[in-house]
Amino acid sequence: MLNIKNLHAAVEGNAILKGINLNVKAGEVHAIMGPNGSGKSSLASVLAGREAYEVTEGSVDFDGKDLLDMSPEVRAREGLFLAFQYPVEIPGVSNINFLKTAVNEIRAYHGQPPMQAKAFLDMLKSKQKLMEFDANLMNRSLNEGFSGGEKKRNDVFQMAMLEPKLAIMDETDSGLDIDALRIVSAGVNKLRGKDNAFIIITHYQRLLEYIVPDFVHVLYNGRIVKSGTKELALELEEKGYDWLKEDIRLEEPVQ
Amino acid sequence: MTTTTSNNISFAETLPALFTAQFGNAGWPGRKAALDRFQALGGIPTVKTEDWKYTNVVPYFKNGLSIALPATPSITAAQLEATGLLLPDTYRLVLVNGVLQQPLSILPPAAQVTVSKMSEAAALPAYTQYFNNSKKLEEHHFAQLNTALFNDGLFIEVKTKAQVEQPIHIIHLYHNNGNLLVNPRHLWVANEGSYAQLIESAAAFDLEGTVLVNSVTEAVVAERAQLSHYQLQTGGSKLRFINQTMVEQLGKSLYNNYTFTLSESDLVRNNLNISLDAERTETHLYGFYIASGSQLVDNHSSVDHRMPHCESNELYRGVMMDKATGVFNGKIYVHEDAQKTNAFQQNNNLVISPQANIYTKPQLEIFADDVKCSHGTTIGQVSEDALFYLKARGIGDAEARNMLVKAFAFDVTAQVKIPAVRKQVEQIASRYLSVATNN
Repeated sequence: MLNIKNLHAAVEGNAILKGINLNVKAGEVHAIMGPNGSGKSSLASVLAGREAYEVTEGSVDFDGKDLLDMSPEVRAREGLFLAFQYPVEIPGVSNINFLKTAVNEIRAYHGQPPMQAKAFLDMLKSKQKLMEFDANLMNRSLNEGFSGGEKKRNDVFQMAMLEPKLAIMDETDSGLDIDALRIVSAGVNKLRGKDNAFIIITHYQRLLEYIVPDFVHVLYNGRIVKSGTKELALELEEKGYDWLKEDIRLEEPVQ
Repeated sequence: MTTTTSNNISFAETLPALFTAQFGNAGWPGRKAALDRFQALGGIPTVKTEDWKYTNVVPYFKNGLSIALPATPSITAAQLEATGLLLPDTYRLVLVNGVLQQPLSILPPAAQVTVSKMSEAAALPAYTQYFNNSKKLEEHHFAQLNTALFNDGLFIEVKTKAQVEQPIHIIHLYHNNGNLLVNPRHLWVANEGSYAQLIESAAAFDLEGTVLVNSVTEAVVAERAQLSHYQLQTGGSKLRFINQTMVEQLGKSLYNNYTFTLSESDLVRNNLNISLDAERTETHLYGFYIASGSQLVDNHSSVDHRMPHCESNELYRGVMMDKATGVFNGKIYVHEDAQKTNAFQQNNNLVISPQANIYTKPQLEIFADDVKCSHGTTIGQVSEDALFYLKARGIGDAEARNMLVKAFAFDVTAQVKIPAVRKQVEQIASRYLSVATNN
């Protein structure tokens, strides 16, 4: 589904990603871990198409199409979803209108007519139930005055509504208490299927107890330095990242 | 007889001749006094006049302006409907070039409200008491010009304790062949303990040429009266507006003003002046303006806190596109006696084109020592983070920007208390934005 080859990216001339290779197939959940500043969130931003990031080398193939050639909205319409580390508050845009606009723009892109009001409301209700999302939040402005947990739950709820092929979850667990973490994780697990895939970006192994990954990758200094299965996450939890940094330093050529 | 200025001679030079041709030397002496005052102020203000620094009106007075009203055209109900401005469940007062057209109007009950042409109201006590009485009229060039030249206008008196639940919709139609300077003059009095809502809209009707509307509205809100006043500035590019709204508030009264500029007009200048002349008044001023192309929208407001325990609150928001220019100047004076004043003012602007300009100047002058006042202004662009969030959900650039502009306006439009007005404002703004952003 997603094939990243030798991806290099920079912000304001500073190299942030320095040769990422990653292959994600339908039905898989990949976790990306790593210390602060290693480039985890940058990878999410580059994949979602944030303008500040300049791709300097490499390619990203998304279901046979060149992802890097698409605008952010086209990436979303093609089925890529970014759950934000910090979902934005937009006062004056109602949650429900926002979702309706998004759903219908995606449908228009695929040559489908706009959803009828009734069908949309039915879908809204069933997904609210599935995601345990508070219906009272629907009529409020987008994320305005939401708690950290409510914002993250809103993002996952949007994911349920938009039914993406590939969801990238950027530190969705940061700022969540245990209850919110449980609900968000349960939501993600309900959405897992053989036709979609997830990239879970996280600092901590804790989230991976709830959303069990098929693969775990460690990102350090803009590159994936180690890949393994879920046991790797446990090892990282136990030993921290320093041992990896040591290993890498040994491998780096002397300047 | 019709007299017009020629293209090469300034309006000020020909004005005495125009005036004499139109009004002679007989009649109300206030006209001549106002003409003299207008000339003494320097005539049409240039950009050298502080209050007109960013708004050059001189070119609008050059192209053969007539001040004589043309014959009133016959207007059918269907033509009125076709303006798209009609609101459900309202009384309706239709004016053509400032003259009330009774047959097209739906008047409020006479037991509650007196409605008259200004030209037929001179004998009414409220007219005698309040006409041409507003403080600050004489500071304003165009108010003086209006006083000198006005033809007619709308007199409304809401009777003591009358509760007029249904809004009164005033539809200003402007008609001419050629270029017209029209000077509507209105006087609205809300008597003690009354309640009313006035909505103004504007449209061109069978207009060849342009109409420059120089209007003066004097409004008096008496003790414990509540008056809401919506100015929906619509109408096509051939209408230009210079508006003076002079409001005097008495004890415990409430005045709400909503000035929404949503027209394609080249020039809109609003002078809104509120005088708080007694204790415990409450005032809310909400403004929203959009400008595109080479439009100029200029809002000047002043609130005079003369007495203690009054509260005023002003929120204006604007969106500047293309090469448009916006001007905001808000003055709040807290006079020495006005202790315990609460006065707040905020002006926020979105400038979404590199060629657009906004000049904003919040001014607060406080001469009392026990008051709460704040003012502030912002100029910014659409938030890139918000834009990216919307795009990351599949919403295209143009639609995302529209959503964010509407969201920006929301704090103001949400204050509109009449649902049909709010709906109409949102529709007009939406249409405006979709045309402007697709250019």
